[in-house]
Order: sequence, then structure tokens, then C-alpha cells
Amino acid sequence: MTVTAPTPAPATEVSKSSGTRLVDRVFKMRELAILVVFLVMIAITQAGNSQFLSEQGIKDLLLNATILVLVATGQSLVVITRNVDLSVGSTLGITAYAAGTYLNGGGNPVVAIALAVLLGIGVGLLNGLLVSLGQVPALVVTLGTMYIIRGVDSIWVGSSQITAADLPGGFVDFGSGGISAVPYLALIALAVLIATAYYLKHFGSGRELYALGSNPEAARLAGIPVRKRTLVAYTFCGALAGLAGAMYLARFGNVDSGTGTGYELTVVSAVVVGGVVFTGGSGSVYGAALGALLLTSINGVLPALGVSSVWVLAINGILLLLAIAVDRVVALRVASALKKRNARHA
Amino acid sequence: MTHPSDTGPAPVLALKDISKSFGAVRALRGVSLELFPGEVHALAGENGAGKSTLIKTLAGVHRPDSGQVLLDGEPVVFHGPGDARDAGIAVIYQEPTLFPDLSIAENIFMGRQPRRALGRIDHKATHTATAALMQRLGVDLDPDRPARGLSIADQQIVEIAKALSFDARVLIMDEPTAALTGSEVARLFGVVRTLREQGAAVLFISHRLEEIFEICRRVTTLRDGAWIASEPVEGMTEDDLVRRMVGRDLDELYPKQDVEPGEVALSVRRLTREGVFTDVSFEVRCGEIVGLAGLVGAGRTEVARAVFGIDRWDAGEVEVQGHRLTNGAPSTAMAAGLALVPEDRRAQGLVMDMSIERNIGLTGLRTTVKAGLMDRGAERSRSLDWAVKLQVKYARIADTVNTLSGGNQQKVVLAKWLATGPKVLIVDEPTRGIDVGTKAEVHRLLSQLAADGVAVLMISSDLPEVLGMADRVLVMHEGRLTAEIPRSEATEETVMAAATGRAAA
Repeated sequence: MTVTAPTPAPATEVSKSSGTRLVDRVFKMRELAILVVFLVMIAITQAGNSQFLSEQGIKDLLLNATILVLVATGQSLVVITRNVDLSVGSTLGITAYAAGTYLNGGGNPVVAIALAVLLGIGVGLLNGLLVSLGQVPALVVTLGTMYIIRGVDSIWVGSSQITAADLPGGFVDFGSGGISAVPYLALIALAVLIATAYYLKHFGSGRELYALGSNPEAARLAGIPVRKRTLVAYTFCGALAGLAGAMYLARFGNVDSGTGTGYELTVVSAVVVGGVVFTGGSGSVYGAALGALLLTSINGVLPALGVSSVWVLAINGILLLLAIAVDRVVALRVASALKKRNARHA
Repeated sequence: MTHPSDTGPAPVLALKDISKSFGAVRALRGVSLELFPGEVHALAGENGAGKSTLIKTLAGVHRPDSGQVLLDGEPVVFHGPGDARDAGIAVIYQEPTLFPDLSIAENIFMGRQPRRALGRIDHKATHTATAALMQRLGVDLDPDRPARGLSIADQQIVEIAKALSFDARVLIMDEPTAALTGSEVARLFGVVRTLREQGAAVLFISHRLEEIFEICRRVTTLRDGAWIASEPVEGMTEDDLVRRMVGRDLDELYPKQDVEPGEVALSVRRLTREGVFTDVSFEVRCGEIVGLAGLVGAGRTEVARAVFGIDRWDAGEVEVQGHRLTNGAPSTAMAAGLALVPEDRRAQGLVMDMSIERNIGLTGLRTTVKAGLMDRGAERSRSLDWAVKLQVKYARIADTVNTLSGGNQQKVVLAKWLATGPKVLIVDEPTRGIDVGTKAEVHRLLSQLAADGVAVLMISSDLPEVLGMADRVLVMHEGRLTAEIPRSEATEETVMAAATGRAAA
């Protein structure tokens, strides 16, 4: 019961604002927590190995994270709508090969990137259509498209591969170049990230993605074009996977039929570690990007500390479970805090 | 808004000869309805009479197979909920449909947020507008808090605020009071009256007949998808209305038999769960129906859950026929003869995609066993037996329970627990959202069980039900038992006074 009593205004004012602050803080804390873990990890590594944060070291760190950040940003949109896209690894592989083949035939790098993005959009549209029209769980649909795309890729690529020698020098240089320690690729990823975050927060259709992940039935009743929004999320995710494919090509210069295999699970891990709730409706792309940064930097941190890289996967797994556990605890805390606020208002 | 003010008010929204079928089921057959500005119109009918389909037709969720929807006298076709909303029609569903992760402000303005340049959302204006709406409704809800954790009453306030935010001319309320307590209903009715005075047309659905008489001017009755009557409420009696709805005279709604209470069957002593309920002690005797009243959130359901062992208690003890129950162990509670029919039958009481037979069979998984395997034959005959005893209306016992109406689903839950032969039966909101005919059947069943010596603890927010059925009424307020009122002294006033903490005692 929340009928405002005529007399005691001040008390409710206080409880109201403190309650809101608590909730806000918890949600902001989620991203902050990853950032802190990340910084602590970097600090420890730097203490153990002073070469770690050299200009080249920072550049490697950022370069490694860039591609995952991009794909995780796209994946976040899909996960926010209470779906998932498992085909991103295959998409990255096939778009990288397509762009490479085009460049190998003497194509323009800008057109090559556009080509990769367009191919990604095509895959995203396919996924989006199947999921939104088929009424089939996204997990199963995109598992199917993941294998289909990988299969097509294998047939197309066969045992051939693209190497850096097949690519224009400028394109490869762009992939590894940057402004002092900051790679160009990282700047592109950052721009995409900021634009996406801004879109999600400030545009109606962005908020509707959250709405439809939070309660699909309510979204339908609120007149939100559920299918269209789902389609948009998948298309965007596909586009970013395609862009990531082109970047992968520029960064590594080496693409074969196995490129990107298993990558989708790393992406999903990054998104979940970053606090995007797997059941939809909550989380931010900044969180997902931080999750991606954290997961990839472990790859660099362990060798720098002299730990065998065989530990990487296990540690990624632990991080994932930890993130889910933390989310669960936080959710319970928030729920009880909100209940108490109800009680105070009674 | 702007319809010509000629001879008297014209209906703002009307249905003409609407029919709608789902497969072989004819949900609506030639139904007509007229809603006038400044009038609260009741829609009455048993569960399955077609009320929900009619609402969804008005809301643009369903498109009629034939017939017309008229807005200001002009035929319109709603292609989706968005169209209906744009036409000024707001629907408040029985179970509010909010986005738990989003703020109250976002919930209200989803899809229609105030915009700044370049189509960006104006968050500040959204907040301000929401605060203004809350003030207009006289409630104190923070626009920025997430909807998660709001009470049902507050969720409905958010829904109403949503309707106000786009100046809805037609407000459709589907059983808004089903989950509310007395004072929450009073608050809701205050809001409805205000809206009516401001010229809104309200379509009001409720299974609580007294509410129809309290707030509505005209009533349209549906039976089996067909239109029965549209008439003024004035001059009608509840019996008249019930007769229209069920097509026959209804036996007494509260068929309470007088039973001499036997020995103590359930004894709860100083039960405490920190922050939820404190120092709760009571007894229920064989043959007794004890009502547990109180506002939503007073801790009634929580006590029941702790007694049954779903949640742990921090202090106190529970005995069933002299056997102490283990803390947090539903299986020992069941073994001791306790049964709990939960509040939310869809989420807690039933496996919706499973057959009637299997659902009833769930409580017998340990008894209907032959050589370590399920005895399907025994399960079927046990289930059939109970389904027949409770007069569950179904086509085949192997049908899934989600094909049943709400009232029949509730009977399946009851059957499931009665099949265990309980000594103590705890029912939580046994008739919420159930039509009046089935409600009487459930009451007769509870009364019969008590007569057979079962101890019944009935949690209910439906005051007439508590007063009509209970031998004694326990009242909870903010986690404490505040009153125990014998049947002879229990009235709406005494119970509500204790429930709101105003009791002198």
C-alpha cells in the first residue's frame, strides 16, 4: 500500500532516494567490479613483469580484446532480448575469408570491409527471421545456422587459406598500426561500442530491446513490434560479427576454414561475465566490453606471469561461474531491498 | 474527445455482433456491447464465458471473425495492441504485464517516451511526467525504481498510470481486484471514480459481485460465448445477476456446515522467520475451518509456506496431530498429513503442460508404485476417481491442464492434494479468479472436508468468503497475528480493523 499519508512527507522522501541510490549503485557496481578485477590483475602482472605494460604490451592487450569486444557488443543486443546467437564464430570465419578472397583478387580494402559487414548482415537477417518467425528457441536455431555456415565455409575454403602475403600491405599495416599504443582497430571498436551504448540508452527502439527481453508478453501487449526488434538485434549482431571478420583478417592476415571455431562460446562468456543477464532485459554493452577485455587479457597475463597458458580455459570458466554467482547474490539483495522499501511505504 | 455533443452521449466504443472462434471452440457468438463516456460498465460471466476473448478483441490482440468494432460510431480494425492504444483504449490485465527490469517511468512510457531532438528519449521529461502521474493518483512510488518487487496493487497503479499517460478514453480492467485487499480495492475504486468523472468509459470485470453493484452502472452478461443481457445494475439483486451468468439458480455461495471441532490437528507455536513474520501461534482443530485474513504482504502465505516446510523458520515449532515437523522439509509435512494448495496455481500448483491425470498423480508418486516402477493403471484410476469426485470438467483425463478453465484447474490442484488423504489442508486463496459457480463448489467441498474431520486453514483476501466459511478468523498485520475472532463476532469491520493494525485489542 502506498497511499501517501498527508502528514509524514520527509520520512518517505529519505527512504525513497536512498532506495533508488542503492539500486543504481548495485547496477553501476556490476561494471565497476569487473573494471576493478581487471585493473588489479593488470597491476599484479605489471608488478611481476615490468615489461608487461610497455607500449607494445598495451597495444597487444588492446588488439587482442578488440575483436572480442566488437562481437560481444553485438551479442549483448541479442542476449538483452532474451535470445542468443551461436553463429557468430562461423560468421566471423566466413566473412573474414570472403573479405580476404576479395582483397586477394585486387579489391579495395574499404569495399572488402563493407562486403564482410554485408555478409554478416545477411547471416543476421537469416537468424533473426528464423528466430522471430519460427517460435523456436534461439539456442537451437542459431546452433543450426552455426553448423550450416561452418559447413558452407568448409566447402568453399577447402584446404586453401588466405595469408598476409595475399593481402595488400596497407590493409595489414592498418590492422597492426595505431596512434602510439592505441591500435586503429581498437578505436573503431570503441566508436561502435559508444554508439551502441548511446543508442540503447537514448532511443526508443533501444529501450524496447530491454523491454522485450524483460517480459516478452508484456512487450507484445505494449504494442512493441517484437519480431522487428528481434530481427534488428540479430542483424546488428551479424553486422558486427562481419566487421569483426574483416578486422580479424587485418589483424592476423591468416584465415582458413577453421577460423572462428568455438569463438561463439568465448563471446557468450564475455557477455555474461560482463553482467548482461542471460535471461534478458538487463545489462549493458560497456559491461560486455569489459568482460571481453578481462577474458582476453588473461591470455596475456598468464604467460607474462610465467603461468602455463593451459590454465586459461579453466580460469575463464571460473570467472564465468563467479560472475553468475555474484549476479545471483546481487539480485537477491536487490529484491529484498526493494521488498523492504515496499514495507516502509506500507 | 471530440465526438459531436448532440442528443445525449454516443458510445465511445462499441462491439456489434462479434464472433470469434479458436479452432472448434466458439469463444464469442454474436456479442454486442456499448461503452459510454463517464460510465463504468460491468462485464459478467463465468470463467470460459468469453470475457477474456472479448477484452482481447477490444485490445486489438484478437481480430474478430465477424462483426464490427466501432470507435465513435466509425468501424475500425485493430491490427495489434498498438492500434487499440493509439485509439485511446487501455487494458489493465488480471496479471499486470510490467517489465521487471525497467523503471516505473519506463514501464509507463515504453514505446511513447517524450523525445528530444533526433528522436532521442527525454529521460528527464519521462521522470517528471511519471512523478506528476503518481501525484495525480495520490500514490508515492519512485519513478526510477524498477518494477521488480512491486506489490500487485502497486503494479496495477502503474498500469493505470500508463493508461492516464496517453489520456485513455476507454479503460478496460480485467479482474483488477482479484489479488487486492479491502483497502487496496478502496483505493483502486477511488481512482476509477475519478477517471469516470473525467469522462472515461470503464469496462470492469470482477468475480466479486458486490463490487459490480458498488461501482458499475450497467452490466453486460455473457454465458458460453453468447450475449445474455445488457441492463442497468440498479434494481438488480446478486441473485438476478448470478442467474443470468449461470443460467440457473445458484445454491448458497457459502454452504458452511456446522461441525463440532475435534482434537487439535495443527498446532503452530511462536513461529518466527526473521523479517517476514514474528511469534505466530495458533491451532486448528479437526473439523474446523480457520480463516487467515490480512492485507497482501502481511505474511500469511509466508506462514503457510514455513508450516509446510518450503521455507525454513528461525524459531518456534509446528505439530501435526502431536508429531513435530522437521524445519524445512515438505516431505515430512506431507507424511504427517499436511497438504498445501498454493496461491498461484499456474506457477506453483500445476505443471501446465502435463495431463490432468499426471498432475493429480504427482502427489502419489511414492504410493502408486509397483516393483519400483510407476503403476500407470493405479495412477489413472486414482486420478479419475478424484477428478470425478470434484466434478472437474474436461474432455479427456489425458488432456493437458492448460486446456482447462481457471476454476477447473483449481479443482485439479485440490484433487491432487486431497488424493493424499490429508489431516490438515492449507488452502491459499482457494477461489481467486474463479467464477461464482465453481467458487460455490469449492466452498461446498471445503465444508464437506471439514465435516469429515479434516482441519482446514484457509488463507483468503476475499472477506465475504472468510466471513462465510470460517469458524474462526485469524488476522495478520505486518508479520504478526493481531486478532483471533470467533465466527459470531467476525464482521468486515472487525477483521479489517485488525488487518490494518487499528484493532483496539
